[in-house]
Amino acid sequence: MFWTFLSVGQKTYSLLFVKSLVNPHLHAYICSEYYRQKILFMSNEKFSKSSIGKKVIMGLTGLFLISFLVIHVTLNSMIFANDGGVLFNQGADFMSHNPIIRILEIGLFVGLLAHIFMALKLTLDNNKARPIKYAVTKGNANSKWYSRSMGVLGSLLLIFLVVHLAHFWVPTKVAVFSHTEHDTFASMREVFKEWYNVAIYMLGVIALGYHLLHGFQSAFQTLGLNHKKYTPMIKFIGSAFSVIVTILFAAMPIVMHLGIIK
Amino acid sequence: MSGSGEKTLNLTLKVWRQKNAKAAGNLETHQLSGISTDMSFLEMFDVLNEKLITDGKEPIAFDHDCREGICGMCSMYINGRPHGPKQGVTTCQLHMRSFNDGETIVVEPWRSAAFPVVKDLAVDRSAFDRIISSGGFVSVNTGNAKDANNILIPKDDADDAFNAAACIGCGACVAACKNGSAMLFVSAKVSQLALLPQGKVEAKGRVLNMVGQMDEEGFGACTNTGACEAECPKGISLENIARMNREYLSSSLTYVKK
Repeated sequence: MFWTFLSVGQKTYSLLFVKSLVNPHLHAYICSEYYRQKILFMSNEKFSKSSIGKKVIMGLTGLFLISFLVIHVTLNSMIFANDGGVLFNQGADFMSHNPIIRILEIGLFVGLLAHIFMALKLTLDNNKARPIKYAVTKGNANSKWYSRSMGVLGSLLLIFLVVHLAHFWVPTKVAVFSHTEHDTFASMREVFKEWYNVAIYMLGVIALGYHLLHGFQSAFQTLGLNHKKYTPMIKFIGSAFSVIVTILFAAMPIVMHLGIIK
Repeated sequence: MSGSGEKTLNLTLKVWRQKNAKAAGNLETHQLSGISTDMSFLEMFDVLNEKLITDGKEPIAFDHDCREGICGMCSMYINGRPHGPKQGVTTCQLHMRSFNDGETIVVEPWRSAAFPVVKDLAVDRSAFDRIISSGGFVSVNTGNAKDANNILIPKDDADDAFNAAACIGCGACVAACKNGSAMLFVSAKVSQLALLPQGKVEAKGRVLNMVGQMDEEGFGACTNTGACEAECPKGISLENIARMNREYLSSSLTYVKK
């Protein structure tokens, strides 16, 4: 089994596979997820190596991560109930204990890793396609700056994500495994007490907003879903989604820092 | 050169000079005076080259052929944009009235690993030819010419195919793309055939072969910035790229090479 993983050369999976050996449940999941993805994208070896194939994997994983954001922003918006975090903590408790969500969470990490891995691969390939750069370029004359900066925005997001997981995800995991109660709302209050944390979250959320502003509609184009009738709608929904998610996420640290939500 | 305007320009030109494909190049500065605003950009280069020849210097090599915007040979990257500051024109259709007196103009060749510089501003775009020969054709019966309109084609499909076929293969899309991707060119060539019944016969293998050749030539991948569409002198639409993605996806899933 192990050699099967290595032989197809999927480094992401073999790495996860080795790590999952210590946990039989995780191990079984990674195996099934691997084969699901293999059937989906990698049945044709050429496909996953082609420029379009790699982009399709970027688009699909991107849309999958967007679907997670919908749940994340909805659940977090429960703090606006301003009930001392009762409703929010119920939601957080459900997310950290429900077995289906637990499994989906592993899928989320797999999707995220695939998105990052493919982005790195594509960026390196794309840099090779223009070894000698122009002395003068006027990018703004033909495209939006954020559409050309997905790698930079994504890297910022990755750094932010490490900080973000350390703030909220790690303490929740510790609580789950030590069978203790964890008050996520209280830890939000704790983190957002500090102005510099609020500043970090503002930067992270703005990077997310611009990443989505290009990524949402770009994913549809990559999957070939372009149609005179529906593309304007997709672009509108993409922009609206990016703005709404950014505003909601940005509002959370601010209202908690200012003590509007207690 | 007797035109509508009496206006003339004094210009500073910074032009890429490179002896051959292997040599290192650099930007060379030239002063030009009395350039008529009615000249095309290439005519301005002709004036510069005559001056260089008179001075006993090597003239600048640059690609050009029809000088009426249909051959796709002219290929200058002018002040940070392929074919210069105007939209929907090739370099030969760009006129000096688009520039200001005293302006500095930087002229570079297309920059792409797949388009090696031959000399100065001339680049080798035979990568495009190899992509075309890998699948950009249809098989037809020989013999007498068929009656026109033998196969009925919806007007909209015919128009879309014709618009895709307007691509002159100049490579401005590759030059404009931050990834040096040739997706707009290849998608136009795939689309012009995929949209028509005559092209359906070889459609599945065609897209796989052409995309395969595109990757082999060393072009980058598409990040949907839309720079290619904005800079294309023939207004080739991004819809073609989506169509090629669709074709490629469905062919990858179902095509079996016998």
